[in-house]
This record gives sequence, structure tokens and C-alpha cells, in this order.
Amino acid sequence: MYRSFARLGLIFLFLNACSNTPLNNPYPAGEGEKDVLYSSFSARPKHLDPAQSYSSNEIIFTGQIYEPPFQYHYLKRPYTLIPLTTTEVPHPVYLNAQGEVLSEEDTLEAVAWSVYEIRIVPGIQYQPHPAFAVDPGGKPRYLNLSQEALSQIDTLSDFKETGSRELIAEDYVYQIKRLGHPKIHSPIFGFMSEYIVGLHELSQTLQSAVSEKTGFLDLRDFPLEGAEVVDRYTYRIKVKGKYPQFVYWLAMPFFAPVPYEADQFYAQAGLVEKNITLDWFPVGTGPYMLTVNNPNRQMVLEKNPHFHRETYPREGAPGDEAAGLLADAGKPLPFIDKVIFSLEKESLPVWNKFLQGYYDSSGISSDSFDQAVRVTGNGDAALSDEMAKQGIRLLTSAAASTYYMAFNMLDAVVGGSSESARKIRQAIAIAIDQEEFIGIFQNGRGIAMQGPLPPGIFGYLEGESGINPYVYDVVNGQARRKTIQEARRLLTEAGYPEGRDALTGKPLVIHFDTAGSGPEVKAQFDWMRKQFEKLQIQLVVRNTDYNRFQDKMLKGTAQMFQWGWNADYPDPENFLFLLYGPNAKAGKNGENASNYANPRFDTLFEAMKNMENGPERQEIINEMTEVFRYDAPWVSGFHPKQFGLYHAWYENIKPNLMANNTLKYTKVDPLLRTKNRADWNKPRVWPLIVIAGLLFVGTLPAIMTYRKKEREN
Amino acid sequence: MITYIIRRVLYAIPILIGVNLLTFILFFVVNTPDDMARLHLGMKRVTPEAIEKWKADHGYNIPVAWNASAKGVDKITETIFFKKSISLFAFDFGFADDGRNIGADIRERMWPSLAIALPSLIVGLFVNITVAMLIAFFRATYIDTWGIIVAVGMMSVSSLFYIIGGQFVLSKLFRLVPISGYDGGLNAIKFLILPVLVGLVGGIGSGTRWYRSIFLEEIGKDYVRTARAKGLSELTVLFRHVLRNALVPILTGVVVVIPLLFMGSLVTESFFSIPGLGSYTIDAINSQDFSIVRVMVFLGSVLYIFGLILTDISYTWVDPRVRL
Repeated sequence: MYRSFARLGLIFLFLNACSNTPLNNPYPAGEGEKDVLYSSFSARPKHLDPAQSYSSNEIIFTGQIYEPPFQYHYLKRPYTLIPLTTTEVPHPVYLNAQGEVLSEEDTLEAVAWSVYEIRIVPGIQYQPHPAFAVDPGGKPRYLNLSQEALSQIDTLSDFKETGSRELIAEDYVYQIKRLGHPKIHSPIFGFMSEYIVGLHELSQTLQSAVSEKTGFLDLRDFPLEGAEVVDRYTYRIKVKGKYPQFVYWLAMPFFAPVPYEADQFYAQAGLVEKNITLDWFPVGTGPYMLTVNNPNRQMVLEKNPHFHRETYPREGAPGDEAAGLLADAGKPLPFIDKVIFSLEKESLPVWNKFLQGYYDSSGISSDSFDQAVRVTGNGDAALSDEMAKQGIRLLTSAAASTYYMAFNMLDAVVGGSSESARKIRQAIAIAIDQEEFIGIFQNGRGIAMQGPLPPGIFGYLEGESGINPYVYDVVNGQARRKTIQEARRLLTEAGYPEGRDALTGKPLVIHFDTAGSGPEVKAQFDWMRKQFEKLQIQLVVRNTDYNRFQDKMLKGTAQMFQWGWNADYPDPENFLFLLYGPNAKAGKNGENASNYANPRFDTLFEAMKNMENGPERQEIINEMTEVFRYDAPWVSGFHPKQFGLYHAWYENIKPNLMANNTLKYTKVDPLLRTKNRADWNKPRVWPLIVIAGLLFVGTLPAIMTYRKKEREN
Repeated sequence: MITYIIRRVLYAIPILIGVNLLTFILFFVVNTPDDMARLHLGMKRVTPEAIEKWKADHGYNIPVAWNASAKGVDKITETIFFKKSISLFAFDFGFADDGRNIGADIRERMWPSLAIALPSLIVGLFVNITVAMLIAFFRATYIDTWGIIVAVGMMSVSSLFYIIGGQFVLSKLFRLVPISGYDGGLNAIKFLILPVLVGLVGGIGSGTRWYRSIFLEEIGKDYVRTARAKGLSELTVLFRHVLRNALVPILTGVVVVIPLLFMGSLVTESFFSIPGLGSYTIDAINSQDFSIVRVMVFLGSVLYIFGLILTDISYTWVDPRVRL
């Protein structure tokens, strides 16, 4: 019997060795020869409802399915908004309290409302979906499902009939109303209700309606002053005051259309119990539709057969043409037929599968960094020879993010606006060698912070003018960190010579609150302690669980902490509001985690936030940056650089950190991929034969001993 | 036997209440309903009103274990503990905090867990018993000595090493199987080879030692001497007599884990991207989803108790002297 098994195994291995499909191919044979893109996700998405999804691991799906009115140009920099389903990106009309239209010259104070009138392109169709299926009488095919019908249904694809209909303005208005639905818990409801006229009141009305009625609540019956249908293809949004950044929100899935039919279809009780909800099965007009939704294993996007005509951009940023990024200009989108996202919880399998050609792109974890990247003589990152030999490309981009180490400005020792506290903060800002931190813990993937704005955001200054003069000296046009003696001088002036209180002689102790854990984080804490030891300041790390840490932040009882912010949209307001006094975290639940409050900064912020980009705005931002640097509420920080690896067959790649819908622009060369996969994954059977041989040789003495024993008996 | 089973089932009720209570206390010591709401709603732009609304919608807006403002029996029943526990005992698992039906998720995810655990158990049992038997056969020889040294060495290595090593050697170096992933039906086989093999190699050290000691104990008994005196070969003695008599302690260890096979393995499923219940539990702990955590702990306890009852019953099958 054992021999038969061995023979079968050998035949299996031999046949596979002769076939073109590698044995370690995790996908069905032949699938890779099609226009399919392979990607992975590490955490299952919690929500795919556009009113709820906010995390990057959710927007990677919703961004391809749902179409808000606007989108970011794929290639142009700085980031530019362009129409997606609309005829244009409208300029708001400003009204005073009497409802009269104001001119551009009118003062900001006079603006009571901003009105955006948005006209969508006629003829856009939704993806095929059972919610649109109708019977011969024109009535919805799958409403009020019987128990018998429900018993036949396990997933959305079990509905045999589908339908579609044209996108209309009503659908956009319907979705804005959904933001205020008490059962949906939209994360931006609180924020948006401060701007969209009547949204807060609508939510209260809906709350009573929900408590009186279960099941489907037709939001079309509930008027909202801030979002109204003008005609079949036009709708109007009314915003309180002047909020120029509002238009960026209209490029996010929160403002994508949702047809009432979908809401009605999914509200059926029997479907909710089978996990068939709008939160898990989106209905959109975008280039892709979700055809397999198994967040436990695999999510599959397939081309939407009804996708409206959209073409690859004909113009881009300087250098794009030379990089081949305009080779497909004018061609219809999307290029890829199917995108398969597989769940991978650990980074090691993802990395190895990428090297084997089973994923088309990959990030670089710290563990793999040395294998993938080498630092050139002039300090630039370049691909390692091994990667280059495989035809892999490395693309880097500065993320519109800031990670910073900050003080709680409510703290009695290091907070506040006193001269002493400010000098302590400035001294520590010099002592913490951020460049070293980036080198050790980020593999050089970051830019040391000079101000609150990251590169790529209006207001960020390059060159000498962009250097923080309180932390760096300018030497030959380059930033050089001030000496530790300078930091010690500041500390002495603050009343803490050699890290001790000049009056009491007690050592200066700073408490660093964190929720981090694990060996890498411990190494970071050790490094931090060393930075403080340069000033003879004692750093005490108060490590706690995430919930307690959040609690401290909300109560304002932390002393020093690390925090971060990813941009919602490419406007300086989205970063500078992190330092706006009325936006403090402690007591006001805002995003100003350091509870910084400087009246001058706040005044400048209020003036800057509603301005158009231009020299005047730049000047105000410069002054705000100066106030920030002088006060030093954030002592240290960096803007991360993103490194991405792409196989030679994956084309039209340009990192766009604002856009969510970039998959439609990319394409793959399946033939090259199939060839490379076959070359890179030829099975090695001989080690198995060697192992089997060794096992046999190893058991020989045992067999001989057994026979000897038997003979003796 | 029926009386015995009924008695055991009744004993299980206070145990399950205790387990539920412990889970509840442990979970809410580190997570408040506010923390859960904040984590669920995201870190950006979350208002206190949104937190309150989320709590109200998910039944976390009432006191945790004692409602002082309520009257009479409502002091106990109008609490998170009571409301969340009572449905559990009716096997109504309800919905996770992200709105998914937990029962539907469990039904879907238990099969991949079983697909990896069942072959691991069967193949592991076969290999471990065979190796242990061989070592017992060559007892007091160099094979026995080296066998034990290797077994102890293998026991001392972390399972993570076997997983990463297995992925590196078999998938990356030899390119014989996929590194990770899963598929339905027969397509699952190619994804199961590596985790089953890793599970087998990882468990061979402890398994061999455990079964060897059982066999050695049996080999020293009188009936074995009698069998040898009859002139039976050593292999016949071992496989026909010793193995049969060693089944009782083997069953103790094996039958009890059979129901738990559905629960999956936390580490293996994570590294091999097997969408089973092990990774479901880990995800729930990470996302502070109390609804899933309590269901999984409850289910684990129920299955464990069921396994113990099954073990007792199996004694009567392998040893006719045992009566329940």
C-alpha cells in the first residue's frame, strides 16, 4: 500500500513538474493569464456602506464602487479636483442672512450660507443589482420576500435576476440624508451637522420616526433644507457660513449616491440575518462592482458592465509623459477586468508571494527593507540588485501625514505659554534627534518635521525658508540640528540647569504616555530615554493599554505622547486645525491632541481657513508656522515616505495619496506575468527524494536490530 | 448511562454561567462601552453624541452588572450582563458590533477550521503512535535515547518556527505548495498540505513522548509477558495487545479535543490565512467586539464539556469493565 501511495505521489509531482502551472500557485490554473490584478488586505473591512466607511482598508473597496460627484486628477500635482459624475466642479454661491447673493468682494462675515449647485451627467447607470429587478408589472421583483424564497438565499448572487437604472440627483440627496440616519452611525455626522443646513434636525426627526416604525424608512419623505433636488440631474447643497474645504468632502464616498431601492431591498429582515446588507454588498455606479464578498477570505471586484464612459487622462504633471504615464491617454477605463483581494494577516506570506509573482505590488515591511532597498552613495533609496533583476520597480512618495511627539499644553510643567515651559520644550525639540529616529526605526522612510504641514500641501515651504530656526541652523543652505549645548543653555534659562530644578534641586522628570507594546516599541523607548539623558532629564515611560491611553488624552492628563494625522483632503486647514484652540481634545473632544491654544494662532487660523490658495494665504500660514515653531507644542515629528514595489507587468502606476479610485487607471500585462511566474516557481522535487532516501538510510539500523532481535527469540 | 448524561448536562449549566461571568468580568475590566464605541466608530471626528448613540443602539447604554436606578428584579435584568447572557443560553448569538450575524459567520467559518484540524489530528495521531511504538519497541537502545532527545528538542521549539520554517522550505525554497491561502471544496487540498504537515511536525515531539510513556507502562504488565511467553512476535505483542490496552489513556486525550476541532487554531489560521474560527476570535479580541468574544468563549466551553462527556462514553466502548 505504501508503495502505491509513493508511486501516486511521484506521478503527481512529475505531472505537475511537466505542466506550466507552478505547484505553489495559490490561484486556479489559467486565471493569471487574464486581465486580473492580485492584491491583499490584512484586516477585514468593517463597513462598506459609504455613509460609514472611513478607514483606508474599507475605502480601497468603496472607492472603486461608489462615485461621489468629484474626484482627484490621477496625474496632476498639486492635487486637483475634477468632475467624476458631474459636468463641472461648481463654485459656491454665497448668500447673506437675508438670502441675497453676495459678490466676491463682500466680507467673510457677511456670508451666512454657501450654496453648491451640482449637475450630474445624464445617462449614468448603476451596476446590475437585484434591488433594481422588476417583474413584468414593473414592480420590484425581490421585495417582501417569503420565508420559502428566503430559504433559497444565502448570498446576493443567489438572486437570479438583476436590473439597473439611471443615476439621478435624488440618489445623491438620499445619501446626504443617510448621514443623519440614527441607525447608520456615520462617523462624519457630528462634523457635517455643523455645516449642512438642517442635518442635525433631520437626524432628530428620523430618531422619532425610527422608534415608531421598524424596517425601511423612506428618506425621500423627509425634507432636508441643506440638500435638495433641483431637477432630475441637479441637486443643491446648502452649507452654513463659508467652508471652501467642503468641496473636498464631495470627493469622498460619504457623498456618493445611494438609490432608495437598495435601502428598501436590504431593509428586509430575512436578509439582514443572512448578512446581506448594504453595509456588505454595495450598489454603485463606479468602474467595479463587488462580486465576491467574503471578508474572511477573499473580496473580488469585477468590471461594472454599465460603467459610463471615462477615459485615461490626456495630461499630467511634468515628467509623466517621459515616464510612460500618458501612453494610454484617451483610452477607455478601466483596463483591468477583475481585482482579487485575498486576506493575509501576516506580512511574511504577502512578501514571499509578491516575490513569487502572486501579488502584483507590495509595500515594504521593516523586516524586508534590507532585502528590497539599498541606500546609494548620495543617500537616496534604490532597489536592491535582487529586486532589479526581477524587473521590480520602486516608487516613493511623501504621504500627506504627520506623526509627531507632543506635549500636553495643559500640563503644569511643560505646558502653557510661560517662558520657562517654552524653553524646556525648545530644548527637548533640539535634543530629540529626529533624523536618527527616522534612520533607525523608519529605515530612512520619512522627512523630519519642520512645521505642521507635510510636503505636497499648500503652505509647505521648501529650502531655507522651510527650516525651523529654533531647532536647526542653516549651514550651506541645509538644515543642521543645533548643538546639545544650545539645548542645555535653553534648559538652564528655563530654570533647570543640568536637568534639575534650580530652586529645589529636584530632577526634571517627564512622563511619556503611550499605548505601544512589543520589542520594537521597547527599543524606541530606550532610544527616547537616551535623547532625554542628553539633557539629564529623566524620561518615565507610562505604558498602558489603548483604552486607558485614549482616556488620558480625553481628560488631558497625559504629559507627553505620540500622535499622528492622515489628511482627509489636500488643504492646509486639515493640518493646522490640529493646533486650533477651540478644537482641543481635552474637554472639547476635538482633534487638537496637545490642547494647544495661542490667541494669535487662532486668529490667523480663522482668517486662513476660508481663503483661496494664494500669496496672502501663504503669508498667513508662514506666520502661523512661526508661532507654532516658537511655542513648540509638538517637539518632534516626521512626515512618512511611502515605498511601494511594483512588478514589471503592473503599469500606469503613480502614487496618488488623495484619490480613492485609482484602480481604474492601472493595467497589467498578463502574458509577462504568467511567463515570470512559471520561471520563478519551477518546483524542486529532488530535495524530497533526498529526504526520503535519508529517512530510509536512517531506519536501516532499526530494521537490522529488529531482525537480530527476532532471530535471538 | 442516560441518567449519567443528564446529570453531566445539568452540571454543565453552573459551569457555563461561571465561564460567562468570568468572560464578562475580564472583558469589561479592560474595555468600557465607551472604549468599544470609540474603537468601532473610528478615531477621527467622533463626537460624544455619536458614542452615546452607538451604545444605545448596541445595548451598552445601561449599567454593566447592577442597575441601581431600576426597581425590583429589573436591577439585575436591566443590565448589560443579563441581557447579553440570556440570549446566549438560548443559543441566539445575535449580531456582532459591526452588524454581521454571528451565527452565520460561525457556520461559514467552522468548516475551514475543521478542514485543517481534522487531518492534523488523524495524521498526527497515526504518526505519533507509530513513532512512539517504534521507540518503545527499541527501548533501552540508542534509537530510544536519540528518539527522546530529538522529541524533547522538537518540543522545545516554538510552533511559530515550524510555521515560518515550513513556509520557507516547502513553499519558497522547494516551491511545492502555496505559502498561504484557502479555497473551497477539493481546491482546499493544496492549501492544507503545508499547515497539516507543520502541525504534524510541530506536535510529533510531545505526542511521541506522551504515547511512548503510555506504551512503556503497558509493556511492563503481566499480560505482555504472557503474550511473549506464548511465542508471539514483538510486533504482534505491541500492535495487537499493547496498543489495544493503551487505548483508554489515548482516548482521554483525543476524544476530548474532537468537538474543539471546530474552534480552530489561533496562530496557524493567522499565518496560513485560513478563514476559520481561530482567526475570527483573534479579530474579535483585537476589535474589542464583546458580542463575538463571549459567543466564542461560550461555544468553546460547551464543546469542551461535550468532549468530556463523549470521553466518558467512549470509555465504556473500549473497556467493557467501565460502567457509567
